[in-house]
Amino acid sequence: MIDTENLSKQFGSHTAVDRLTLHIGEGEVFGFLGPNGAGKTTTVRMLTCLIGPTQGRATVMGYEVGKDSQSIRRHVGLLTETPGMYDRLSALKNLTIYAELYEVPDVPGQVEKYLRLLGLWERRQDAAGTFSKGMKQKLAIARALLHEPKILFLDEPTAGLDPEAAKLVRDFILEVKAQGRTIFLTTHNLDEADRLCDRVAVFNQRLRVIDTPQGLRQEMYGRQVVFHLADTAVPYQPTLQNLPYINRLEAIDNKLVVALDDPETHNPELIRLLVSAGANIQFVGELRHSLEDIYLRLVNDD
Amino acid sequence: MKKIRTIIGKEWAEVFKNRLVLFSVIFLPLMLTILPLATIWGMSRFPASTEASVSAEEIEFFGDLCVGLTENECVMVYTLSLYTLLFMILPVMIPVTIAAYSIVGEKATRSLEPLLATPITDLELLSGKAIAAIVPAILATWLAYMVYAVGAMIMLGTELALAYVFAPAWVLAIFVVGPLMTFLSVSIAIMVSARVTDPRVAEQLSGLVVLPIILLLVGQSVGWVVVSRDMIYLIGVIVLILDVVLGFITIKSFQRETILTQWK
Ligand SMILES: Nc1ncnc2c1ncn2[C@@H]1O[C@H](COP(=O)(O)OP(=O)(O)OP(=O)(O)O)[C@@H](O)[C@H]1O
Ligand SMILES: [Mg+2]
Repeated sequence: MIDTENLSKQFGSHTAVDRLTLHIGEGEVFGFLGPNGAGKTTTVRMLTCLIGPTQGRATVMGYEVGKDSQSIRRHVGLLTETPGMYDRLSALKNLTIYAELYEVPDVPGQVEKYLRLLGLWERRQDAAGTFSKGMKQKLAIARALLHEPKILFLDEPTAGLDPEAAKLVRDFILEVKAQGRTIFLTTHNLDEADRLCDRVAVFNQRLRVIDTPQGLRQEMYGRQVVFHLADTAVPYQPTLQNLPYINRLEAIDNKLVVALDDPETHNPELIRLLVSAGANIQFVGELRHSLEDIYLRLVNDD
Repeated sequence: MKKIRTIIGKEWAEVFKNRLVLFSVIFLPLMLTILPLATIWGMSRFPASTEASVSAEEIEFFGDLCVGLTENECVMVYTLSLYTLLFMILPVMIPVTIAAYSIVGEKATRSLEPLLATPITDLELLSGKAIAAIVPAILATWLAYMVYAVGAMIMLGTELALAYVFAPAWVLAIFVVGPLMTFLSVSIAIMVSARVTDPRVAEQLSGLVVLPIILLLVGQSVGWVVVSRDMIYLIGVIVLILDVVLGFITIKSFQRETILTQWK
């Protein structure tokens, strides 16, 4: 659905996006992560035909960015970083304007559908300027969906929302995904990316990594098992030291952290060995690194 | 075409909720209609000197404005031509206010980005915004002028009014040169608004386009120039040329990427 090849954007002498190559499939929720100023918004703007690339090319739904820009605009929805509502106009009027600009066949019907879906129907006559941040964001999401786009670009959809509003937006994103739409999501919320995205990319001017959240964990840390012991773990370290399938072994306080490729096969033996060495095992669990760990490690490398 | 209409409707819905814009679109024309009518009324009630014919120095001052008129009529015709000139402020100031608020307003609310993400062409958006500023300006000018015309006819008598206040040159000024000036001031207002963040600053800077009119006004009132028919033609041609040049530049610079990355 979205394919880029060496897509680059230069502002004067400053390179905001450097040779980005990506392939995003239909129905995929794709997370685009990166620190402030990484070039996320710039990328989104290029893919939604708001600004042109200085190098490389991109196609969206088979249409080429820069050549078939109008076709792309017709088929994608964009939630911009700031809602950008006409504050003096009512919610209804705001959406009606956009439905007309997107040449939606049934303007009032479509506007009503999305106002109701996002729980704003009762407030439709109120000026958008009187809305809370969360309501404005919901209105902006409605606006991005009016023309039933196949691809939705969401630039930091939950930034600045309270946990409840953020959850509402996330649930809504999942609903949109369930309808088979492709979603390109930029976010600073790694937990959100972990939960919503099929694949994530860590990007900072250049593409750093791209994989499923689970794949990234394995790639960066391998799989790790933690044994929680009743007393200090150091004495038991030699017990496991020389096993061929253990990649890494670490004793921290009362925990033994073991990195290995196939815990399902080898955990029973590890447990047996530890127990016969006299260890009192309290818990055994897999250590899951949060996406945040991965992200911070990558971004700090830069 | 439908999209242009949507933009115009949006501009009007939004911009006319602004008091300052309303003031400029309603109060200014109202004032410029009432003022000359009150003057005519005053002058016809208290004639300066009834039968004296125009003196030699007055002929020198007024040029061919007063040939064949009594002094009283001459002063009145002269005063009214000043007011008609004053009227030319309307087609220049009204669109400046509307365009400044419309563009700076969009920048302030950051509503341009989602707007530019829709399949509207740059030219459609520009046309919508320009028309939304031009049409009320022209309509307000014409309406105000028409009220003034009818009022003057009633008070002065049709013949005198037709001959001097609504001479073909002035009708040309209001109905042809006026709209041309409106177009010019919209182009300037759009260019200026793109570069500033405060609508009042945009308004004041673009408002400098009225300066030539004010100069003419001052010139005429101290006797340096008398705005004649030829001069109105000349002004019309100059404004038309500027319209073409600035219109071209505005269209060229009104592009999505420029708007998003360079408008501050
Ligand atoms: N119009 C512009 N002119 C010059 N430089 C720009 C322009 N827009 C963006 N940049 C630069 O490009 C870089 C990337 O900006 P961008 O807005 O894409 O970052 P981002 O990843 O969206 O950041 P954030 O998380 O803060 O939203 C920044 O260094 C920024 O200063
Ligand atoms: Mg951004």
